[in-house]
Amino acid sequence: MAELLISISTPDWLAHIIAALVQCALLLAIALCSAAVGIWLERKVSARIQDRLGPTRVGGRFGWLQPPADGLKLICKEDIIPAAADHILFRIAPYISFCAVFCVFLALPFANGWVAVELNAGAFFLLAVAGLEIFGVILGGYASGSKWSLYGAMREAAQVVSYEIPLGLCVVVIILLTGTMNLVAIGNQQAGWFFNWHIFHDPFTFVTFWVYVTCAVASSNRAPFDLPEAESELVAGFLTEYSGFRWVFFFMGEYASMFVVSALGALLFLGGWNGPVPIASLLGLTPEHGAIGGWINTILGPIISMLGLTLDPAAWIGNLLGMCNFIAKAFLGMTFMIWLRWTLPRLRIDQVITTCLKYCVPIVSAMLAGVMLWSFFLPGGLFAALTQPASFPRSAWERTDSTLRVDGPQDVGEMQEEAGTRNVTALRSHAEHGNEGNIQEESR
Amino acid sequence: MQAERAKSDTVEFDVRTDEMLINMGPQHPSTHGVLRVVLRTDGEVVSEVTPHIGYLHRSAEKIAEKLTVRQYLPFTDRLDYLAGMNMNLGWALTVEKLLGQRVSEKTRRLRVIIAELNRIASHLVAAGCFGLDLGSFTPFMWTFREREKIVDLFEEICGARLTYSYLLPGGVTAGPPDGWFGRCEAFLDQFEPVIDELHAVLTNNAIFIKRTAGIGVLPPEMAIDYGCTGPVLRASGVDWDLRRDGEPIYTEMYDGYTWQVIAPINGRYPDDHPYPPVPPEAVVGDSWHRFFVRMLEVVQSMYLIRQGIEKYSADDGELDKPIEIRKKLPKGEAYLETEAPKGQMGFMIVGDGSAVPWRVRIRSSSFCNISPLPELCRGVLIADMPAILASLDIVLGEIDR
Repeated sequence: MAELLISISTPDWLAHIIAALVQCALLLAIALCSAAVGIWLERKVSARIQDRLGPTRVGGRFGWLQPPADGLKLICKEDIIPAAADHILFRIAPYISFCAVFCVFLALPFANGWVAVELNAGAFFLLAVAGLEIFGVILGGYASGSKWSLYGAMREAAQVVSYEIPLGLCVVVIILLTGTMNLVAIGNQQAGWFFNWHIFHDPFTFVTFWVYVTCAVASSNRAPFDLPEAESELVAGFLTEYSGFRWVFFFMGEYASMFVVSALGALLFLGGWNGPVPIASLLGLTPEHGAIGGWINTILGPIISMLGLTLDPAAWIGNLLGMCNFIAKAFLGMTFMIWLRWTLPRLRIDQVITTCLKYCVPIVSAMLAGVMLWSFFLPGGLFAALTQPASFPRSAWERTDSTLRVDGPQDVGEMQEEAGTRNVTALRSHAEHGNEGNIQEESR
Repeated sequence: MQAERAKSDTVEFDVRTDEMLINMGPQHPSTHGVLRVVLRTDGEVVSEVTPHIGYLHRSAEKIAEKLTVRQYLPFTDRLDYLAGMNMNLGWALTVEKLLGQRVSEKTRRLRVIIAELNRIASHLVAAGCFGLDLGSFTPFMWTFREREKIVDLFEEICGARLTYSYLLPGGVTAGPPDGWFGRCEAFLDQFEPVIDELHAVLTNNAIFIKRTAGIGVLPPEMAIDYGCTGPVLRASGVDWDLRRDGEPIYTEMYDGYTWQVIAPINGRYPDDHPYPPVPPEAVVGDSWHRFFVRMLEVVQSMYLIRQGIEKYSADDGELDKPIEIRKKLPKGEAYLETEAPKGQMGFMIVGDGSAVPWRVRIRSSSFCNISPLPELCRGVLIADMPAILASLDIVLGEIDR
C-alpha cells in the first residue's frame, strides 16, 4: 500500500500514515463485522437450539440486519453513570477492553502473508495483548460502585488469570512443534492435506486442542465459564451498571475476543487458511503458479501491470480462498462456543478453578512433554509415521539437516512433500515487507 | 454432613476477610419474583442468609372476609399463580367440606385430570427455572414450550391462560369442549419423549449434577420440623403425599388410580417407569433430589391423566353445577389441605351463617418450604444460593398472599 502511494509520488511520511490508517480501518471493519456476524449467529443458533426462529424480519428473511438494529437501539439508550461510580475509570474501562481485542487483530494473519503486522513473535504478542482485555473488565467492575460488579470483576480476575496459564501452554506446545512464533509460518507449515494440520500431527496435539478449546472458552468468558457476568447469581456481574454504548463496547469486545480465540485455534491447530483439501495449490493459485494459476496470470497479468500494480493475481485469488477458509473455521469455532453456551449450565467458581488447575494445567504439561518426545523420536506427523514406516523411527540425532535457509518465495510442491516430515520451519516472509534478506536458522 | 460443614467453616475462618452484606433482590433475576435475600458474605462464601418477604402482600385473607366463597375463587388463582387450578381445587374442596357437599364422580374425574395437568405445568416451570438459575437457558425455553401447550388446553376449557377460576365449589359451569380429551392425550403422547430430553440437558448433565448433588441437603427431620411439604419433603425421603394420605374428601378423588408416591425410600425411587439413574454423588435431600422428584412426579401425573380420561369417558354421570353465588355458609369451620404442586395448600373457612366467611386462613406450602433457606445456605458459595432457592421452588404470590 505504502509502496503504491510512493510510486504515485506521494511523500513518504504521508504514504505510510495513509497506509496505516487504511489497514486500521480494514481491521476495525473485520473486528466489528466479526462481532456483528457473531451476534447474528448467536441469535440464530440459540433460537434453533431453543425451538424458536430468532430474528426473521429485520433486513429480510434471515434477520441479518438485527445486529445493527440492536446497536442502534443501544446507542439511543440513556447513558447512565451511577453516582457511586468512579467516573473516569467507568468511562475508560469499555475502551480498554475493546482496544485490547482490536489490537489482537493487528497480528492475526488471515491468509498467507495477509497480516497487518507480521511479527516474529506473533503468537506471544497475540496472547499478551488478548490478556489485556481483563483490565477493562476489572476496572469496569471496580469503578461501577456496585457490589455485584465488584464480584464480577473479582471472578474475572481469578478466572482469566488462571486460564491464561494453560492457554499459554497450549500455544507453547505448537510453538515447540513448529519452532517458530511467527503465526504466518505456523499457518504455512500446515499446508497441504488436512492430515498436515497440527491437530492431527500426533495424539498429544489432538488432546492439546481440546484443552485449548476449554481454556479459550474460559478466557473469553463464555458459558459454561461465564461467571463474571453470571446473570442468575450476580445480576449481570461487571456489566450490571453499564448501559447504552459503553455496554456495546464490552459486548463487541466479547464477540471479537470469541472470534480471536477461535481464529487462533484455527491457526494453531486446524490448518489456518489451508483447507482440508489443498484446492488452491492443486489449481496452482500460489506464487509458483500451477496450471490454472498460470492461465489466470496470463490473462490478468498485463492488466495488472498496466495499472502499475505489483500483484500476483493467481496468488491473490489463492489467498482470498485461504482467507475464506480461515474465516469459515473461525466462525465454526464461534458456533461451537455458542452451541456450548446454550446447552450447558454454568460451573461454580471453585469448579472453574479446579478444572483449570487440576485438569487443564497438568494435562497440557503432560502433552508438552509428549510432543517433545514425539518430535524427538518421530519427527514426522502421525500420518507420516503411518504411511512411511520405513523412515521411522528416525531419531533426532540422526538428523543433521540443521540447514540455513534463505527466506524467499518457496516451492510449495516441495513444501508439501516436506510437510510430512516436518522439515519446513524456516519459511518465507513477504516481499511486501521487504524481509527478503532475512536468514533464519532452522531450530531443529 | 454437619461435621463436614463445621470443618469447612473453620477452614474458611482461617482465611477470613472482611464481610460484605449484599442485597439479593427484590429485583434480582433469580429470586423468583419479589423475594429479597440479604447475604452476609466472606468473599464467595455465604455465611448468613436472611430472606425478607412481603413485597407481594395483597391481603388475600382479608379480602375473603368481604366476598362470598364463590366470588373469592378468582383470588385463589393469584396465590400460586403457576398452579391456579390446584388453588381453585383446594378452595372448592374446603367450601364443599364446610357445606357438607359431595360432588359427583364424573366431576371428581374431571378435577383429577385438570389438577394433574396443572401439576405438570407447575413442575415444568420449576424445572426450567432451575436450569435458568444454573445458567442454562435452553431447558427453560423447552419447558415453557410444553407448558404453553397445557395452557392452550386450559384456555380452551375456561378461556383463561393463567388465572383460570375453573374448578368452582360444587362443580363446573361447563365441561370440556368436544375433542378436548383427544387433544389432551395427543399432548401427553407428544410430551413423553420431551421428558427424556429434559433429563439429558438437566438431570443427567455432568455440570448440573456437579452444581446440585450434595448441595443444600435437607435432612428429613429438619424438613418435618420446618413444615416443608410437597416435593421438598418427599425428596428428603419422607413418604408423604396428601393425594394418598390426606382427608377422605380429597383422597376419594384418587380412588381407583394406579400411581406411585415419588420419594426416595432407603435411597431408592419407585421403578414403574424407566427413570434415569441416580448419580452416586447425590445425597437424599439435596437439590438434585428435589429436582428429580418433580421430574418423576410429572410422569406420575401423566399416568393419572391418562387413567382419568379413560374413567371420565366411561362415566355416564353428569357434571355438577357450581353452588350459587350467594350461597349461605353454615356456622362452623372447615380446614382442608390439598397436595398442590409445591406442597400442601391449606384453606380454613369460618362461617357465621351468612354468605360471607367470617374468617379465612390460608396455609401456603412455599412459605414453609422457604423457611429452611437460612439453614441450607450456611457456608455455601454465592452460586449455590440460587441453586438451593430454585430447588425449593417457591412462588411469592403464595408466600406473601
